[in-house]
Amino acid sequence: MVPLTAITPTPLDPQALVRALDTTGIGAVTTFIGLVRDHNLGRRVLHLEYEAYEALAVRGLDVIVTEAAAQWPTVRLAIHHRIGRMEIGEASVAIAAAAPHRGDAFAAARYAIERIKQIVPIWKHEYFEGGDVWIEGATADLDNTEARDQALRIACA
Amino acid sequence: MRVNVRLFARLRDIAGTGELTREAPSGATVGAVWAGLVAEYPDLSPYEKSISCAINADYSRFTVAVADGDEVAFLPPVSGG
Repeated sequence: MVPLTAITPTPLDPQALVRALDTTGIGAVTTFIGLVRDHNLGRRVLHLEYEAYEALAVRGLDVIVTEAAAQWPTVRLAIHHRIGRMEIGEASVAIAAAAPHRGDAFAAARYAIERIKQIVPIWKHEYFEGGDVWIEGATADLDNTEARDQALRIACA
Repeated sequence: MRVNVRLFARLRDIAGTGELTREAPSGATVGAVWAGLVAEYPDLSPYEKSISCAINADYSRFTVAVADGDEVAFLPPVSGG
């Protein structure tokens, strides 16, 4: 049984996420797969190492599923994030969103990836040509409604 | 009382460990635990304004009081995806 939300050290299988969704009444499924990119801020990236506070990260993914369900009641979401060392081109995150119509599926998937970057305690350690650096993005704050509204605006653009 | 502190990413690098146990006075808040760590590891201080925190693997706030045996985590800005 594939869980709807997971933090895992093993390679991601987007099709398994799709199969995990209940597709009763569903007319559209969209998947988003985030890959390790070979460049960042002008640096040549060699590989990434992802670290997570696993127990809280799973909780964060569950929060996103709950938020999306409140916004798009007919949408079903599955989100898996990988941790550990990943090479260029490997999938670090996979999201599957199912809905009766495509608009909500696309919107919910976009919302999920934006919220992951805002609130889920996962960190990228970038190893690039000439050094390494921890990437630091957003302060994980569930009370920050401005951030949440921003994710919603991006999702619905 | 004793609290178990978890540190991640750059915070873990600064402290040299991701798990510490520290004494805290009864009624101490998460913020007080953080202040104790900053006194011990001054290089943590620039993170004062950008970190968030968790108690027992649930999102929390710096004003919340910790209890004996709690796991208190400090989270630098996140970068998943």
